[in-house]
Amino acid sequence: METSVSMVTSLADVTLPNPVLTASGCAAAGRELAPFLDPAELGAVVTKSVMLLPRSGRATPRMAETPSGMLNSIGLQGPGIDAFLAHDLPWLAERGARAVVSIAGGSVGEFAELARRLAGAPGLAVLEVNISCPNVASRGQVFACDPVAAADVVRVVKAESDVPVFAKLSPDVTDIVGIARSCVDAGADGLSMINTLLGMAIDTDTLRPVLAGVTGGLSGPAIRPVAVRCVWQVHAALPTVPILGMGGILTGLDALQFLLAGASAVSVGTAVFHDPCAPVRILAELRAELAGRGFGRLSDVVGLAHRGLQR
Amino acid sequence: MRAPSQVTARVVAIEPAGAYQLLTLAAPTVAAGSEPGQFVAVAVGGPVTSMLLRRSFALYTADPGTGLIQIVVAEHGPGTAWLVRVEPGASLDVVGPLGRPFRLPPEAGTAVLVAGGYGSAPMFDLARRLRAGGSAVHMVIGAGSAERLFGVDEAHAVADSVVVLTDDGSRGIQGLVTRPLPQLLGPAGASMVYACGPMAMLEAVGAAAASHDVPCQVAVEESMACGIGVCMTCVLPVIGADGRTRMLRSCVEGPVFDAERIRWKDVGTLPADVLGADAMVVH
Repeated sequence: METSVSMVTSLADVTLPNPVLTASGCAAAGRELAPFLDPAELGAVVTKSVMLLPRSGRATPRMAETPSGMLNSIGLQGPGIDAFLAHDLPWLAERGARAVVSIAGGSVGEFAELARRLAGAPGLAVLEVNISCPNVASRGQVFACDPVAAADVVRVVKAESDVPVFAKLSPDVTDIVGIARSCVDAGADGLSMINTLLGMAIDTDTLRPVLAGVTGGLSGPAIRPVAVRCVWQVHAALPTVPILGMGGILTGLDALQFLLAGASAVSVGTAVFHDPCAPVRILAELRAELAGRGFGRLSDVVGLAHRGLQR
Repeated sequence: MRAPSQVTARVVAIEPAGAYQLLTLAAPTVAAGSEPGQFVAVAVGGPVTSMLLRRSFALYTADPGTGLIQIVVAEHGPGTAWLVRVEPGASLDVVGPLGRPFRLPPEAGTAVLVAGGYGSAPMFDLARRLRAGGSAVHMVIGAGSAERLFGVDEAHAVADSVVVLTDDGSRGIQGLVTRPLPQLLGPAGASMVYACGPMAMLEAVGAAAASHDVPCQVAVEESMACGIGVCMTCVLPVIGADGRTRMLRSCVEGPVFDAERIRWKDVGTLPADVLGADAMVVH
């Protein structure tokens, strides 16, 4: 009975065999998860945000466990776009995995250059634009917190890209719908939400911040209600815009919440640290939950929770 | 090296060992093909846990014949507090074997194994393998106090000589594990050093080995979130064969490193000459 549910979904014009993806920064470029799952079995692998140059990342400590979540302050450690194109993306393509490549930049120009370098790369299905980066040109203000800067990034990436462009939104804004609208108006084909929330922990023995970077991104089930709310609000305002939902998904039922709120697919992030098989387990659980509720197609539940509600 | 797997491991036994708890788990796929220095990552808190990050433990024993593995757990937070209270018959979610093991020498020689606290856990299997390969093994085991020593009796069974030290003199010689090293590493002494324990101890042992021109491998203890190489939290600055320093993950590129490659003074910092540190200056 379970296998009768069609799990096919799409992100803009890209069809995916199922709606469960990894999350940027929580699966590296897929290779480390290969002992635990077949990357081709996922809807797609979302790779860790890549920048133009190799980056060391920050000093340690880089993480702190928090109730039902964690703080991280990695600093986008990565090999840079050259090594990514030479080693990481081909590895995914050879295995038949679809890649959603997350790109990050410190300037509008760096985002554009990354999109240019990635254009036409085998295996690339979607570009996810990590705009939760400090904008050097405006003294470190995060692109995602400024509708104009966010739109500028989306516009140049879209101009260089031959695949759908998803803007990854930060929840640390007063009006996420305004930022979402700004990105869509600038040409974003879809929206990924949410990125981590800015948080902090202090070590009561050393009497100092736990993280070397002082503040860090909060992820895990602790942020799930915030994420579901963001997806809900944006889907209500922009019902035709595809959403890749994420934020503390640990189970198939968690994933179902995001779909009901309006996401067409979901990313599983911090759960992978807890359970490296989580993406495939969640996919199986979601399939069973849909079947148990009598749904024949995944697409039947996308945004379903909005139906019939008075606004 | 065998690829890691994720298994549901039954708790066969849990017994106190000084200040620690010794857990015996049935995990045949982990036990098969694991090597000394490798570790397992254990989920804590049960199925509805609010503690999402795995706790990593060096394998103390791994018997492919019985399918049993053993780890030594020190209670020092809510996660390990939960773990030391599991009952026999309970199930644990275990991922392993993980990480790169100690490398055995190409030819027999004399090995000095230095361990601090429960850092001795991987040293006994290592000692057995070294002796099976014809090497002589001398062990130095230290801890803050007698109850924080692990495996002294076993050390006598697997090593040609054993020196026991405690900070407070409650057992063995009073002092640090570096104290007997000049004698053991001196002329006509050791051809290799292996160490596992706290970072400050590893740094000191590495320095002692270097001063006698003896190669030294250390298994580091960095806090990890995933243990499988995806979270990038357990990094430390390590000098590569090309002379460049990189932030390497201790879970997949370690936990065993050559002591002379680790920039000990810079652990917990970002030295300006680390590969990619220049890109961090901008933002």
